[in-house]
Amino acid sequence: MSRERRQAYWVRNLGIVAKLLAIWFVVSYGFGILLADWLDNFKVFGFKLGFWFAQQGSIYVFVALIFVYVRIMNKLDKEFDVHED
Amino acid sequence: MSVLTWTYLLVGASFALYIGIAIWSRASHTRDFYVAGGGVSPLANGMATAADWMSAASFISMAGLISFMGRDGAVYLMGWTGGYVLLALLLAPYLRKFGKFTIPDFIGDRYYSDTARLVALVCAVFVSFTYVAGQMRGVGIVFSRFLEVDINLGVVIGMAIVFFYAVLGGMKGITYTQVAQYCVLIFAYMVPAIFISILLTGHTLPQLGFGGSLEGGGGFLLDKLDGLSTELGFAPYTNGQKPMIDVFCITAALMIGTAGLPHVIVRFFTVPKVRDARKSAGWALLFIAILYTTAPAVAAFARYNMIETINGSDGAGALYSEAPSWIKNWEKTKLIKWEDKNGDGRMFYAKDDRNEMTIDRDIMVLANPEIAKLPAWVIALVAAGGLAAALSTAAGLLLVISSSIAHDLMKKMVMPNITEKQELLYARLAAGIAVVIAGLLGIYPPAFVAQVVAFAFGLAAASFFPAIFLGIFDKRANMQGAITGMVVGIVFTASYIIYFKFVNPTAGADEWLFKISPEGIGFVGMLLNFAVTYTVSHLTAPPPEHIQHLVEDIRVPRGAGAATHH
Repeated sequence: MSRERRQAYWVRNLGIVAKLLAIWFVVSYGFGILLADWLDNFKVFGFKLGFWFAQQGSIYVFVALIFVYVRIMNKLDKEFDVHED
Repeated sequence: MSVLTWTYLLVGASFALYIGIAIWSRASHTRDFYVAGGGVSPLANGMATAADWMSAASFISMAGLISFMGRDGAVYLMGWTGGYVLLALLLAPYLRKFGKFTIPDFIGDRYYSDTARLVALVCAVFVSFTYVAGQMRGVGIVFSRFLEVDINLGVVIGMAIVFFYAVLGGMKGITYTQVAQYCVLIFAYMVPAIFISILLTGHTLPQLGFGGSLEGGGGFLLDKLDGLSTELGFAPYTNGQKPMIDVFCITAALMIGTAGLPHVIVRFFTVPKVRDARKSAGWALLFIAILYTTAPAVAAFARYNMIETINGSDGAGALYSEAPSWIKNWEKTKLIKWEDKNGDGRMFYAKDDRNEMTIDRDIMVLANPEIAKLPAWVIALVAAGGLAAALSTAAGLLLVISSSIAHDLMKKMVMPNITEKQELLYARLAAGIAVVIAGLLGIYPPAFVAQVVAFAFGLAAASFFPAIFLGIFDKRANMQGAITGMVVGIVFTASYIIYFKFVNPTAGADEWLFKISPEGIGFVGMLLNFAVTYTVSHLTAPPPEHIQHLVEDIRVPRGAGAATHH
């Protein structure tokens, strides 16, 4: 594998990780902490929205993020022909 | 059948299962002992990681803690789950590609320095011992409350079981026992939660019942709880009390600490491929999320049930003479106390001087099935689940201690010429000694066990995480940077915690640095470590050529062989 191609793979990898971590930050620190008081003005079901993100929603998003990451990376690995077996 | 008979039956059956698995999965090589032969499927590893991670504290104490903290309990919920995203995206796949046995292995090799290896080793052993003491105590408590044996005898029985499968089977034995333990603990947690959710709100899923309305009118459960809390002088259940910056820092310290905990990281060395390490982190978090999204629901249900039972549905206080049997049962264990201050024979629970109750937070999970009048076998199940949670975590931690001593200290530093057989013997010996020390810490708990837990996360966040992260993402990070960074991170975090927990424990939020509590200071320690490592690395000579190649190599998945010595 050439140096440039290796570098290109790494840059794409970093981009994916950065995007997913941005979502990770927004749902937990954003919706669950920094904006929680404002979100509490909205109510879904019996939950105040900020409270829901802090105690439920952020966790669901975390799980989804990892599985999305797995899918994207498997595709990227194939594209750059660095996948295993 | 009585509760006690059921408890003996279920706990006995689960122990027999663990021992059976241990005999079936004995380790014959160091590779089996350290990384279970490297052939664990991502799904099984996910379950094992979940059991490894969820300790006696998650199972027994967390819902109770949230029940009393209300909204602020979210720091634990987000903090102890969000770290897996960091682990999956930033650490696990690369460490798996690196393909060694332990964290000190990575730090020592990546920073081409035995000093760095030693710093990592000391941290790993310290963090693991802090953690394991609490587990052994948890085992003793469950034994004494449910099986009516002495706490110390309970600790000894727990030690014997862990000794058996950890020393015999190493990581291989531990992994497959943990899979069984996960099944036991999640079943034990969900059954009462589902029962109570149906009784209280009519929803089968506790996650929905949490936001549902109460059976028989009365509006939403959470609104009702907010109202009750305000009436009784507490802050509304769904409002936060801690300063936002502290909530932010505690959440961050717990997340990053989670991603840096050695017993969690080593689990990702046991799967065959890089791809499996990524997927395995997803499974692990999914299995953990089942409990972690249920816990806040259990917290709210339990708080509502407790207030209704003690204060009566009319809010005038229930007559003690007519109190349900669980109150009297748990009074014997001193987890709940009633003092009839106004002499009216009625119990009352409140924040202000009307209060006549002292309630331990652990009761929220342990007595939950009784409070909801569930059948005897469900109560017994909680005992088996609590034991599974404590034992699985203890075993994982003991393995880290054992591999740090046998592999990182003996093989890599003190006696590099020992054969594999001798190394395996040292590993078993170290595991054995660690079990005994852990047991002693359980029997004679140092008064500060609860306080030192803040250490485990703070130190993991302030030491390992930046060193590993920069080791992968910054080719320029070198030995000088990593060592100074780790030392600065640890010294800063440890001094802050020691000062505010032991030297000056009465100091309140006003004296804390930017109002950040000792629990959250690991986040600041981590930032310091990052800054120092980066600056020092860029001011000194770059790492040697072969290290830069190593870093390039771990960034690409293909070619991950099995985890090996060399």
